[in-house]
Amino acid sequence: MTDAGTGSGRLQPSVAAIVVVKPGMQTTVQDEGRWGLQARGVPVAGPMDPVSHRLANALVGNARDAALLEITLVGPELEFDDERMVAVTGAAFDLWLDGRPVPHNAAFTAAAGSRLRFGERRIGARAYFAIAGGIAVPPTLGSRATHLISAMGGIGGRAIRARDRLPLGDATGVPSAAGQSSPIVPLPDRHARIRVLPGPQAELFSSEALDVLQSAPYVIAQNSDRMGFRLEGPRLTHWRGADIISDATPLGVLQVPASGQPILLMADRQTTGGYPKIATVIAADIPIAGQLGPSDTITFAVCTPREALSALIAQERALMAVEARRS
Amino acid sequence: MSTSYRIVPAGDAAVIVEFEERIDPAVNARTIACAEAIQAMNMPGVRDVVPTYRSVAIYFDPLRTDGDALLERIAHEAEHAVVPDATTSVPVRIPVCYGGELGPDLASVAVFAGMPEEEVVRVHSSATYRVFMLGFVPGFAYLGLVDERIAMPRHSTPRVRVPTGSVGIAGVQTGIYPTESPGGWQLIGRTPTRPFDPARSEPFLMKAGDSVQFYAIDRVEYDRLARAE
Repeated sequence: MTDAGTGSGRLQPSVAAIVVVKPGMQTTVQDEGRWGLQARGVPVAGPMDPVSHRLANALVGNARDAALLEITLVGPELEFDDERMVAVTGAAFDLWLDGRPVPHNAAFTAAAGSRLRFGERRIGARAYFAIAGGIAVPPTLGSRATHLISAMGGIGGRAIRARDRLPLGDATGVPSAAGQSSPIVPLPDRHARIRVLPGPQAELFSSEALDVLQSAPYVIAQNSDRMGFRLEGPRLTHWRGADIISDATPLGVLQVPASGQPILLMADRQTTGGYPKIATVIAADIPIAGQLGPSDTITFAVCTPREALSALIAQERALMAVEARRS
Repeated sequence: MSTSYRIVPAGDAAVIVEFEERIDPAVNARTIACAEAIQAMNMPGVRDVVPTYRSVAIYFDPLRTDGDALLERIAHEAEHAVVPDATTSVPVRIPVCYGGELGPDLASVAVFAGMPEEEVVRVHSSATYRVFMLGFVPGFAYLGLVDERIAMPRHSTPRVRVPTGSVGIAGVQTGIYPTESPGGWQLIGRTPTRPFDPARSEPFLMKAGDSVQFYAIDRVEYDRLARAE
């Protein structure tokens, strides 16, 4: 057995690294995900808020699929081996570099030996910390994304721990000239309106179920995580039972077990499942859902495919504008 | 040949082709042929193609995909994809040490079936199974169809920890746990063969559409093979 699947922290001292002083609540290495192997049962993983992930990489001059840290609710403290450009996007935390405040959504230089500490979280659930050169743990099946349940990717398939050394790639990119950005997607303040398209199995529910879904907010239950959000709210009724022949479970799909309480499937979802799926969150609103945590609330709204596409195009233009500043 | 199917969107970044709603080798063969044909097209923007028992999910980037062209090609393949001749595939052969501490549910499956344990082993290991799909965890293959006589339903309360390599039955399905995980299937034995190992040059032992046979080995042989893995 080699450790290609475990990304060990035992590395040559010459490789530049970040040293984890404090890990935060659940901080994981994420690139854009392990695509192309769902037919073999391999979950995609990747960022909960893909827009903030991409923005963080753009700000420090990385390729969009570079690996970085996803930070959940409570942030880490990190020490740098060498001088690098870094940036934090997504959830807004107070950020301190050797005790001095540093900005959110902006690239700044971290000197060799300096420490970045995440302080109080102001809004949003997940921050993204990118560093020029990216985090260069060995890829597993073509990706560095951490999938916690199958213990794959990142550092040994787990969240980072104190004293981990996160190896860094060579910083060859050019940081975004302006070095800062306004947020691409406004951060939700513990409640969000999330747009869905009906299907793929809306017809397996009672005729009023889509109206019921939009009738009142759903609360995200405590046992919600990167796999999915268990939602508590208006009960959705199936008209012929809650079991289907297992099929694929796309990102953002709302699957509904017999309880009638939907589960919103997120980044670490399994590849397949056996519950009917009433509706699917549009791609442009996945980043907003990704900024919610336990006890936050969601109001669902059915939209049109045209609205879904124009929202996505607007995000893409904003991201490309930041990425273009690199040249 | 025309078979009923429908194409349904799943949000704005995935579309699903559904064939007849039953667990059936012919429907599944058609499903997999359709998935392989779509995969082989290598269309720009398509990120993943996932066949299951009777449907194919196609994941794509909405900003880098010609949606109309994609739907057209999917409909074409759903209609016309050529189903390969099943008799040409060489079965994957998997050794299993049945019963004892490695197969703690063999005795209850024997009671369920009203036959001796050795007969359950003979029935389970004499069939050639089809890999209908993979899912649940990396490398987990849903195999079928299990002989009705030994098709015991899963436990009502799943085990918290099922060891890697455990071979289980759940109704007409059988399968191998590729990694230690929770699980509710009736565990009749264990294999030293790893269905999934990301460090191996071919990480996956099986893919959808393969055929699989189990053969019985004793504990000495199990231990020898387990050391060699």
